[in-house]
Amino acid sequence: MESDAAVTALLEVRGLHVAYGKVEAVHDISLTVAPGTIVTVIGPNGAGKTTLLSAVMGFLPVQGDVRYLGAPAGALSVEQRVARGLILVPERRELFAAMSVADNLELGAFQRIRRGDRGWRDTLAEVYQRFPRLKERRDQLAGTLSGGERQMLAMGRALMGKPTLLMLDEPSLGLAPLIVREIFRIIADLRSTGVAILLVEQNARAALQVADYGYVLETGELALEGPSSELAANPRVAATYLGRGVAAAGS
Amino acid sequence: MDLQIFALLVQDGVTNGAVYALLALALVLVFAVTRVIWIPSGEIVAYGTLTLAGLQAGKSPGTVGLLAGMAVVAGSFEVYACLSRGEAHRMPRQLALWAGVPLAIAAASWWLATFELPFWAQILVTLALVTALGPLLYRIAYQPIAEASVLVLLIVSVGVHFALTGLGLWFFGAEGSRTPPFSAASFELHGVTVSVQSLLVVATSLALITALYLFFGRTLTGKALRATALNRTGARLVGISPDLAGALTFTLAALLCAFSGVLIGPITTVYYDSGFLVSLKGFVGAIIGGLVSYPLAAAGALFVGLIEAFASFWASGFKEVIVFTLIVPVLLWRSLTTTHHEEDE
Ligand SMILES: Nc1ncnc2c1ncn2[C@@H]1O[C@H](COP(=O)(O)OP(=O)(O)O)[C@@H](O)[C@H]1O
Ligand SMILES: [Mg+2]
Repeated sequence: MESDAAVTALLEVRGLHVAYGKVEAVHDISLTVAPGTIVTVIGPNGAGKTTLLSAVMGFLPVQGDVRYLGAPAGALSVEQRVARGLILVPERRELFAAMSVADNLELGAFQRIRRGDRGWRDTLAEVYQRFPRLKERRDQLAGTLSGGERQMLAMGRALMGKPTLLMLDEPSLGLAPLIVREIFRIIADLRSTGVAILLVEQNARAALQVADYGYVLETGELALEGPSSELAANPRVAATYLGRGVAAAGS
Repeated sequence: MDLQIFALLVQDGVTNGAVYALLALALVLVFAVTRVIWIPSGEIVAYGTLTLAGLQAGKSPGTVGLLAGMAVVAGSFEVYACLSRGEAHRMPRQLALWAGVPLAIAAASWWLATFELPFWAQILVTLALVTALGPLLYRIAYQPIAEASVLVLLIVSVGVHFALTGLGLWFFGAEGSRTPPFSAASFELHGVTVSVQSLLVVATSLALITALYLFFGRTLTGKALRATALNRTGARLVGISPDLAGALTFTLAALLCAFSGVLIGPITTVYYDSGFLVSLKGFVGAIIGGLVSYPLAAAGALFVGLIEAFASFWASGFKEVIVFTLIVPVLLWRSLTTTHHEEDE
């Protein structure tokens, strides 16, 4: 099972440590994402989820092994990772506020267009189909969008780069329940396109529903892992993250 | 002051202002994309005039040697970077780009300078030589510390300014140069003499500004530079390399400065160290635009040109004093009206 996973894994993280100066925010984390699967990392605020994704994306110096597409990724720049289809939708969205929705999406395909990949226009049509709101607002400036629309634009922009592994950092953060439901429906929908997803969430209930496998991150360390259904059934997870069985929380 | 003199001063002011506007745009562009306060822009302007003057005199301009030297330095930087990152296979391409291309431009210019070129060809050679300095300057001085604070980048800019002034003396000598006007013709319009030279300067500036506008609005590369200026993290997330954005920005900025140098040559005598005052005037314009607004920066530069023209008529000895005193109320006004906001979505 172990060796099998090592061969087929898209992303493999082994013994990862990430520090801000002397303060270590992530200690000794190992996780695997297989092609075409949805894997979630849940955990409370400040657990180190954003730090983990930033490190995998190449924004932070790390100790430990990060392998992507079977090759060591540690020496790759952020741009080189993007070129290999590793794409992050960050917690802060990081849109180009003073540019139109259409320009934001076009820039999402920046590397593909530069490579001469004509397929980006088809991807744009797909993105508009997936997010009809973005199509309606394509000439509007990104900075004028609502929170939900901004999240959609951030996801659309990431999809424009044709990700092999899409990393989503708290896509439901700060959104109204109705929109959260729509975002998770879209994430579930993406499964059929074959893209693998690493989903970081505080909204454990929704994340475990959509994911195949889950990890629980607490103060920088992995506390639990397992198939989503097992994690959801785990009394400790249920008590702490799903708000069920409060009486059993003490055990 | 009668109408005739007034019209002449306005004409002078607008002509100078059009040149400062190019410089102000270059400064805003460089700051927006790389956060560098580009003090040495003036030296690039001076190099532009001095290069054209050298070609006019039938000499190989000092820029050839300077460009070749910088190409060698940038090339060795790239070799070191490739080796230390364990990317030896990228070395040929990087060397060709950072050393090969500029060396080829230097060699071609050196060879072309031996002919009696027509004026327009001399201008093209000047633009090529001086523009090529831009990305090399970025690669050597700024890229290694691209993530540093604005203050550190500013200190480096001061250092680069002194280095380029010294190199200017070394490569171009101490004597000043003036280039001939593009046209000596003039015509009467409602009793006011309009010089074709002034019209050409203003038209060239307007054409460049229009080209820039289209570049940033329509092309992917232009949009990528704007994106980098708007949100550096966002730009990296879509795979825009900050190094590439920086090098491109400095290429464009050097092109604008080279144009300024060519346009200013017939207006004033330029020495190896004349650049500083010119760049300061561009800065006053750029600061009126808060270092972020292109149209305000261009308008500010025009305003500086007009003030300068009228100041030189009424109190020519105090011309520079008046222009730079202007910056005090402008700074006050800007600091009172701008709200500082973090770079954010
Ligand atoms: N830029 C930073 N500098 C220093 N400490 C940071 C920085 N970003 C996050 N941290 C710290 O790292 C820990 C993990 O933060 P983060 O990864 O943002 O958690 P999460 O995304 O799970 O909420 C927190 O203790 C936080 O205070
Ligand atoms: Mg977070």
